[in-house]
This record gives sequence, structure tokens and C-alpha cells, in this order.
Amino acid sequence: MTTQEIISPENLVYGKTKLLTDNVMHYCPGCSHGVVHKLIAEVIDEMGIQNTTVGVAPVGCAVFAYNYIDIDWQEAAHGRAPAVATAIKRLLPEHFVFTYQGDGDLAAIGTAETIHACNRGENIAIFFINNAIYGMTGGQMAPTTLEGMKTATCPAGREHELNGYPLKIGNLLAELDGTCYVTRQSVEKLAAVVKAKRAIRKAFENCREKKGTSVVEIVSTCSSGWKLTPHKSNLWMQENMLAKYPLGDLKNV
Amino acid sequence: MAKFRGAVVVDTERCKGCELCVEACPQDVLGMSPKVNSKGYHYSDMVAEENCIGCMACGYVCPDAVISVYKVTNA
Repeated sequence: MTTQEIISPENLVYGKTKLLTDNVMHYCPGCSHGVVHKLIAEVIDEMGIQNTTVGVAPVGCAVFAYNYIDIDWQEAAHGRAPAVATAIKRLLPEHFVFTYQGDGDLAAIGTAETIHACNRGENIAIFFINNAIYGMTGGQMAPTTLEGMKTATCPAGREHELNGYPLKIGNLLAELDGTCYVTRQSVEKLAAVVKAKRAIRKAFENCREKKGTSVVEIVSTCSSGWKLTPHKSNLWMQENMLAKYPLGDLKNV
Repeated sequence: MAKFRGAVVVDTERCKGCELCVEACPQDVLGMSPKVNSKGYHYSDMVAEENCIGCMACGYVCPDAVISVYKVTNA
């Protein structure tokens, strides 16, 4: 059988979901954001909830997320996505509402909104992209930056005496009574992507069952900010990030 | 003969040449084309198409969803 014969519609086993628009994503080559966008779009498509899902886009690299997934979106002020999502969910209680936030948005300027939304147990899903850096603004130190990691604003490496410790906000949120599901995943290889997709699906299902807030943290790469190639970023992430941010469920009730 | 045969199609115009699919492929099917698309990126291409087993690893890790995977089972 030739390759041309194999390439026929009935043999298609994997392709772009129709929920992803044809707009070319503005992300850098190899960015984890693209994979997570794809997974969210696939899950919404598979669950058939396109017409009842509202996403809340953050400030950060994912600020244009509304251009890429064909659902309703609302843009929030920096860090305020969980507060906006709370309002949408309370006004449209049968809708699926999620926020999509980076670590600068969720764990720095928006820490208060995040913690209080989770503590109230709002029936929303929070997708949290943790790449340990402020990607959009040029790779500055974030609360999640690892100790010793060099960034534009800590060129000698982060020191805890001066800059504090990396914030493991996932663990913090798992402590709150309002959260029902807190998990940490990654998307650098096939097995990890499959697990991450399962976690995203579970978060949406928790919204349907009104169990409380679901938080899916995705440990990600920022090859431009880390100044590595996409593949080397993945290796660096596996070696350094996963030591500080180990994968797995932090809470599942 | 392999039990499964596969083939991938890359949307070359949307590919940004990050090479993650090349690294993800367990069969070393994919490589970077010497050609570039209109944005100047070398895009991913099948360089050893006879080895493809349609495992979808390339498609799953692709951040820009440019890869379609086709698979057949040999009778």
C-alpha cells in the first residue's frame, strides 16, 4: 500500500478539531499554549458543549485565546479572570465556564481572585499554564520562577533571600475546601498529553456535576523566555520544573 | 511487514518548524524539509514514510495542530 493510498478520509485517525479556528496561533514555535488550546477544544467538541461553554481569557500570552477556540469568550482584566468567571457562572448556572490563565496572571496579580474563587467553590474550571516566567513581556521573574533560574529581572538567578521561594499555588489551592479537583499535568510527550486531556475533561465534568472548583495546572515551557530550543525546553522542564512541581493529582474528591 | 501502516500530512503553511514532532516520533519518520513556507519556517515532512505506524505521537504534541494522521491495519 502506498502512502498516497493510506492518505484517504476513511483512514484519518487524528486531525485538527473543527473547534479550533483556522487562525494561525501567534504563539512562538513549540509553545505549550498551542497544545493546551487544542486539548480544550477537543474536549469541548467531544462533550458537545460548544454552545454552552464560556471561556475567560487572561492577560498574558494567551490574551488572544478567543481567536483560536470557536466558543464564547470574555476578556478579563489582568488576574481577574476567576472573578469574571464567577459572575458568568452565577448568571448562567447551566453553562460551562472556565478561565485560562498563566502564572503571572493567576499566581501573581490575580492571587486574591484565584484563592477566593476557589475558596467559594465556584463551579468553574481553571486552566493554569505554569511556565515559571512572564512570557509575554519578555521573560521576567514570576512568583513561580525556580530558585537559581535566570530571568531578565534576576540575571544571576533567583535567590530566596531577595526574591522569596517559588510559589506552589496548586498545593495551596488543594488545601481549600471549595476545590474538588486540583491536578498538575504537562504536555511535553504523548503520554503526558493524553493524561492532561483526561484531566481537562474531568474538570468540565465536575462543572456539570457542580462539585466545586477544578484547577488543572499544566507545567509548561517557554522556549523564547528560557532561551532554549523547544525540544531542549522540554528536557529542561523535565529535569528542573518537575522536581519542584511534581505531576499528579493534588486533590480529587 | 508491520502490522500497521500510517502516514502523516502536515499543513506546511501553518507549521512553525518547532521540531517537536520530529523528536516525538518513535520511528524516525519525520524530519525537517529543506524547503520553507511563506513565513520562512522549515516545515516538518516525512523523510522515511515507509516506517510510519500511525501512532499519532506527532499529532498529539503538535502545538499548532497542523498534523493529520492516517492509519491502516494490514490484513
